[in-house]
Amino acid sequence: MMASSYNAKEEDGHHSGAAGHGGAGAVKSRKPDNTAFKQQRLPAWQPILTAGTVLPAFFVIGLIFIPIGIGLYVTSNNIKEFEIDYTGVDSNSPCYSCARNFSSNSTTPCTCSLNFTLEQPFESNVFMYYGLSNFYQNHRRYVKSRDDSQLNGDLSSLKEPSKECEPYRTSESFPIAPCGAIANSLFNDTLELYYVESNGTRNLVPLVKKGIAWWTDKHVKFRNPSGNSNLTIAFQGTSKPVNWRKPVFELDPLDSENNGFINEDFIVWMRTAALPTFRKLYRIIQKKPSTTPTLPSGRYILTVTYNYPVLSFDGRKRMILSTISWMGGKNPFLGIAYITVGSICFFLGADIPN
Amino acid sequence: MPWMSPLARIRDALAGQRARDKDLRNLVSNLPYEGLDKWKQPNRHFRNNGIKTTKYSVLFFIPMNLFEQFHRLANLYFVGLAILNFVPVVQAFEPEVALIPICVILALTAIKDAWEDFRRYKSDKKLNRLPCFVYSSKEKCFVEKRWKDVRVGDFVKVESNDIVPADLLLLYTSDPNGVCHIETANLDGETNLKQRRAVPGVCITVSNTDILLIIHAVIRTGCLGFSHPDLVLKQHLVYLKGGCTVRNTGYAVGFVVYAGHETKAMLNNNGPRYKRSRLERRLNIDVIFCILLLFTMCIIGSLGHYLWLESMPSVPLYLVPQTDGHLDTPSLSSFYKFFSMIILLQVLIPISLYVSIELVKIGQIYFITNDLDLYDEETDATIQCKALNITEDLGQIQYIFSDKTGTLTENKMVFRRCSIMGREYPHKENECVRRALKMYIYKIKILMFTKSLPPNQQETEVILDQKLLRQIRGTEKIDAYQDFFLALAICNTVVVSMATAKRLRSNPLDTLSSLVRRAGSWTRLRAPITSETSANDLTTQGQSVNQTGGQTCSLHVPPQGTAPAVPAGKLCYEAESPDEAALVHTAKAYGFVLMSRTPDSVTVQLPSGAQLRFEVLDTLSFDSNRKRMSVLVRHPISKQCILYTKGADYAIMELLETPYGEKQQKAIASDTQQHLDCYAKEGLRTLCIAKKVLCDGEYESWAVQRQHALAAMDNREQLIMDSAVQIETNLCLLGATGVEDRLQDSVPDTVMTLREAGIQVWVLTGDKPETAVNIGYACRLLEQDDLVINMSCKSKVRSLISNSQRKFPLYPEVRRYSEDPRNVDTTPDISLVIDGRTLTMLMSPDLRDRFVDLARHCRSVLCCRVTPLQKSEVVKLIREKLKVMTLAVGDGANDVNMIQAADIGVGISGQEGMQAVMASDFAISRFKHLKKLLLVHGHWCYSRLANMIIYFFYKNAANVNLLFWYQFFCGFTANAMIDHWLMIFFNLLFTSVPPIMFGIMDKDVSAEMLLGLPELYRTGQGKGEYSFFTFWISMLDAFYQSLVAFFIPYFTYRGSDIDIYAFGTPLNTISLFTILLHLSIEIKAWTIVHVFIILGSVTLYFIVTLAYGVRYLNYSGYWTLQAQMVDPMFYLVCLISTVIALLPRYLFHVLKNSITCSPIVEARHLDTLEPSTRDQWIKEWRSFRGRVQDKTSDVSASPPSELKPTQSSSELNIRLGLVLFCHI
Repeated sequence: MMASSYNAKEEDGHHSGAAGHGGAGAVKSRKPDNTAFKQQRLPAWQPILTAGTVLPAFFVIGLIFIPIGIGLYVTSNNIKEFEIDYTGVDSNSPCYSCARNFSSNSTTPCTCSLNFTLEQPFESNVFMYYGLSNFYQNHRRYVKSRDDSQLNGDLSSLKEPSKECEPYRTSESFPIAPCGAIANSLFNDTLELYYVESNGTRNLVPLVKKGIAWWTDKHVKFRNPSGNSNLTIAFQGTSKPVNWRKPVFELDPLDSENNGFINEDFIVWMRTAALPTFRKLYRIIQKKPSTTPTLPSGRYILTVTYNYPVLSFDGRKRMILSTISWMGGKNPFLGIAYITVGSICFFLGADIPN
Repeated sequence: MPWMSPLARIRDALAGQRARDKDLRNLVSNLPYEGLDKWKQPNRHFRNNGIKTTKYSVLFFIPMNLFEQFHRLANLYFVGLAILNFVPVVQAFEPEVALIPICVILALTAIKDAWEDFRRYKSDKKLNRLPCFVYSSKEKCFVEKRWKDVRVGDFVKVESNDIVPADLLLLYTSDPNGVCHIETANLDGETNLKQRRAVPGVCITVSNTDILLIIHAVIRTGCLGFSHPDLVLKQHLVYLKGGCTVRNTGYAVGFVVYAGHETKAMLNNNGPRYKRSRLERRLNIDVIFCILLLFTMCIIGSLGHYLWLESMPSVPLYLVPQTDGHLDTPSLSSFYKFFSMIILLQVLIPISLYVSIELVKIGQIYFITNDLDLYDEETDATIQCKALNITEDLGQIQYIFSDKTGTLTENKMVFRRCSIMGREYPHKENECVRRALKMYIYKIKILMFTKSLPPNQQETEVILDQKLLRQIRGTEKIDAYQDFFLALAICNTVVVSMATAKRLRSNPLDTLSSLVRRAGSWTRLRAPITSETSANDLTTQGQSVNQTGGQTCSLHVPPQGTAPAVPAGKLCYEAESPDEAALVHTAKAYGFVLMSRTPDSVTVQLPSGAQLRFEVLDTLSFDSNRKRMSVLVRHPISKQCILYTKGADYAIMELLETPYGEKQQKAIASDTQQHLDCYAKEGLRTLCIAKKVLCDGEYESWAVQRQHALAAMDNREQLIMDSAVQIETNLCLLGATGVEDRLQDSVPDTVMTLREAGIQVWVLTGDKPETAVNIGYACRLLEQDDLVINMSCKSKVRSLISNSQRKFPLYPEVRRYSEDPRNVDTTPDISLVIDGRTLTMLMSPDLRDRFVDLARHCRSVLCCRVTPLQKSEVVKLIREKLKVMTLAVGDGANDVNMIQAADIGVGISGQEGMQAVMASDFAISRFKHLKKLLLVHGHWCYSRLANMIIYFFYKNAANVNLLFWYQFFCGFTANAMIDHWLMIFFNLLFTSVPPIMFGIMDKDVSAEMLLGLPELYRTGQGKGEYSFFTFWISMLDAFYQSLVAFFIPYFTYRGSDIDIYAFGTPLNTISLFTILLHLSIEIKAWTIVHVFIILGSVTLYFIVTLAYGVRYLNYSGYWTLQAQMVDPMFYLVCLISTVIALLPRYLFHVLKNSITCSPIVEARHLDTLEPSTRDQWIKEWRSFRGRVQDKTSDVSASPPSELKPTQSSSELNIRLGLVLFCHI
């Protein structure tokens, strides 16, 4: 305070000087600058929201939203989608026995087949999804239970996975690769689709398993441990996740580009779903070069190798076939929402102009 | 340093402690011990002169600052949350990340503190390094040392215009009389010079150093004893306080008594006061609501988690067991989840709100201090904001308590009239010349754009009354007239300083004399208007005007001839009060020039040119009990003892000689009283001048008594006063003076405007009721057709009243009056005039409620003759009883109590020093600045801050609720669909700047409108914009918006293959857009800054999120936003969600603006009009609001001085005599 009072003295000195010598200019005036900013006189636009100024805006919103909504709705309706539940809850379901008799350590896989009919042909590329319900992939601890640097091929993380992976971090003193609950719970049903021609022959529908993961995930984020092109050696000294039947380097023994951490099924699984009912891309049925539709209408058989238990949490498993458009899968909600909001705004704007 | 046993050291330290604590200080000169080791120094226990005002040291800055910051409850809460993150069972994502916000906030505060401390450190260092001269016995002379090396017991020499380094006992000065002049502006802001005398008898010459060596001073609080073989004396202690400046004295030598932190200046230093604004108090309540809300949400989450777990038939795949492989029971798990939820939803309690508020206030203060309209050219001063955290209170003021002198008025006294020996000299010419001069100067100002003239110039001039001049020149009754002017010249404490002194403030401009001369010729042009002008008058007028320019000094004495060394024109008077200066200048104008003043003598030059040197026998200084001062002198010629007394009229009139035979005396007294009343009605400040001739014997017996009183150790003050009262009897009245204290610029206008703004203005003054009422009329506090209730208590006896207060008759009277059907239409406003004694009665516990009740119905209240303590009591009473926001404004030391008692204290840096300014929260230089400060800045600050805080709550709630809704879809596991880093950035980076900018820069109504329509101020009073209602509306809105922002994407993406972060991205983006566009709806005025910041925030969001998605490989949501941004669905979802979310708020504003007609909205409509049409509208509005148009117009037309205090017909004088009370 003493200090500040001395400062005050200095100012006082200034001040008396200024008073004494008028505009001598020797003493710097404390007069504030007369700038628009400092005087708070910046040119300003002062909109006032009143009915008169605002309702035309509503009108415009309506005019824009309604066409968008119609477009979305039509697009969504043009998407063809087929869904079949193969959980086997009902006793008359073909997969009932598989679901009932499931045990994780049985060596012989249980398979079941479901028949279904497509009423309409599916044009262009068809995406084949598996869908799970009531599966909380977004559980807090579950989401955390992974080691991204291990998945990115980091050698030290391979040997010493992150603590987040507990309790799926080590198995019999070997580090688990890939560690964590997400990897451990990898979806491992195998789905096959057969087209039953009118003469009764079953034709296997060719399912493409490449290109189902994001390009960036496959090529940047997920990497096999570097150092050795032979994955068996690269993953030496690690253990497979507890629930897995085979180690990570045998996920796709035929294609080295789809094996280990960069196996696309695995990558797709590792992108944890946002909501408890979700679907994940399983295979792509590519459009045929000829004019015949990708999936002509008719009878089909879905063969399931039933490995994945969901009854413990009242889950459901589905197989979904869907054509795809720019707006993704079939969902009329957004279109309806746009039309509704658009109409409300339109009528608000058009009806009450004062 | 030689070895000392630890025990000895401890003993030494304890002894030092005792020595410091004792009020008896044993000091020994350091000189004999010079060069010895430190521990042998006798004064080693006392602190040295180095000062350290810093709070922290470099080493311990971090721990100490943290300790300081954790005193704040909010910070503690946030740290608690951060620690909670590290508890493993809570399963926080990345505990380190959770620390970031609190660290950023602590760091910001620490940087601010460090910077402030560094500034203190620098100024300390500068101070400690200042040079000063300390006597060294080796060198046998004064050697230069630095301030911090000065120690108690040293002898310090201070030269003219130097600052005194420590508290010194003045031993010697270069002045032969042992006088030293000091200026205490650094301590209390008083710029007048004060005299200090060296300890008599110790007037040691510097050569006589032996005596210095053996000085041994014993100081008991305030008294000093020397133990020295030759001189043993007790003396009232005269300090040169550290921090004063020595002026007009060659040099002074003193003995350091207190140094460093023990100096009076440092002891008086108490840190800045921390005031909490009303808004902040309300805010804290809402924070508690938020905490309750948070807990409710957490409990819902925890219960939900429990139910979710319970509903599961067996252990699912996705339920991750603990490390040891077992799962927690549902109840334990849900208990843990409660804490996880707190961490997840913690943002609901706005961690950054407090920091943001501080930043906003700094910004607001920046704009307030930079306002050109609050800048005063004359003093080159802008407004100073001392309290940084109560800006918004300025917008809620309901009561203003104002001082009169110096606040409403200029406190630049101009001698206007006098009455001598019962004859009145009206000094009519005074008026017109000054007005002409003022106009002329105004013109010159406009023409030349010059900086303003030194203010003193116009004020010190006195235009002489011709009649009086003739009287003085004439021979008849010269004695009384001479006495009168001698009294004016002598009876004061004015210090004469030389023009050669550096700090002469009223050094006139070169151009000024010519300017004034031209002003004189202006008078000549106007001469026919003035009455009784003769050629002779004109010349004298011209001369007198000239004289003010600093050319000549007296009228009919050739100035150069007889004047001694110093030309009289270069005299400069330093007075403690402006009244005294005005009187001395008057005496000077009439030829009685005060030439010099020493403690022992006064030299006055008479009109004849002769100089008289009066020996001053004693000065009985002014005190507020006696309300007078006297000077006892011995006339150099007649050798008579004469007592000149000057004081308040009632204080003098009581003491007049009881005139048995002398009828003439009685007549004079009654005539003078008549004149005094007349002066008071004109609003002049009155003083009575009296004298008394003492015979030698009388004086001598009194002098003995006086000496006793002065030397007394106990009860000294009382004794001194008693002795003064004893001699001030049987006075002989000489005359009276009327000094005008002009109203400041546009005071009436300001008072009117404030009143229209719904603010009650009270004036509390120490002046007489008549003067105060007159000023009240002049400044429009009272109107001609007001009902003025005059409460005064004629008797001094107060004790009787307290019993008989049961039926206090006033309030029913007033109510009857206002309920009277005839009065309904006109309803004259009621004004109350109370004097100090009545006020004391009214403040008694049994009456206070009634008084407050009455006062509430009065439009304005005028309290006269109140003491500083009463002022603060009144403020406290109103503030506590009515629960209103109060503002006190004043300029003098007597207003300090009041300023500190009010919610906001405003100091006016005027003529009476700086105490008021130092105690205040805001310091302005003119009363009129209050208008813009309150109406514009107050309104803005309040509405800005209120809206900003509401928005802040909304923003956090809207953002956090998204997470809450997500809990319903992730099993209440406290998971987030947005990466933690991005969540933190969201609050810290993307959405933090816009609300701060909003809080600093938004303008709901333009300044012109706010000034044009003071009614708009009422919107902020009472609850204002920040109320329970607005808070909950915005919280509801936040819930609604978060519902929309969550569920539209939810329904869109339901059942699809979207992953968790890809789902979170549109949510976050919608939230950002909603929050920013919500703000855009709230922003009332868009400038380029607004656009830039809003767009900048959006850009920053996208840049950071995109960069984060690329650079951070370990982020599970790698490349998410990129993938979303190539998907048209993302944009469609964002678009519709934002529109739906904002529709209600948008409609709400539309309806509010279209249907309700709140004044603010109407004003905003007007604001968009052309300025000319706008003014037209403002006028119409005002007349529509029932304001009488002509009232406002005639304020500007008629100068306040012409407003005569006509007794209006409706004025109701209720005399509340004691009789009335006793007989009820």
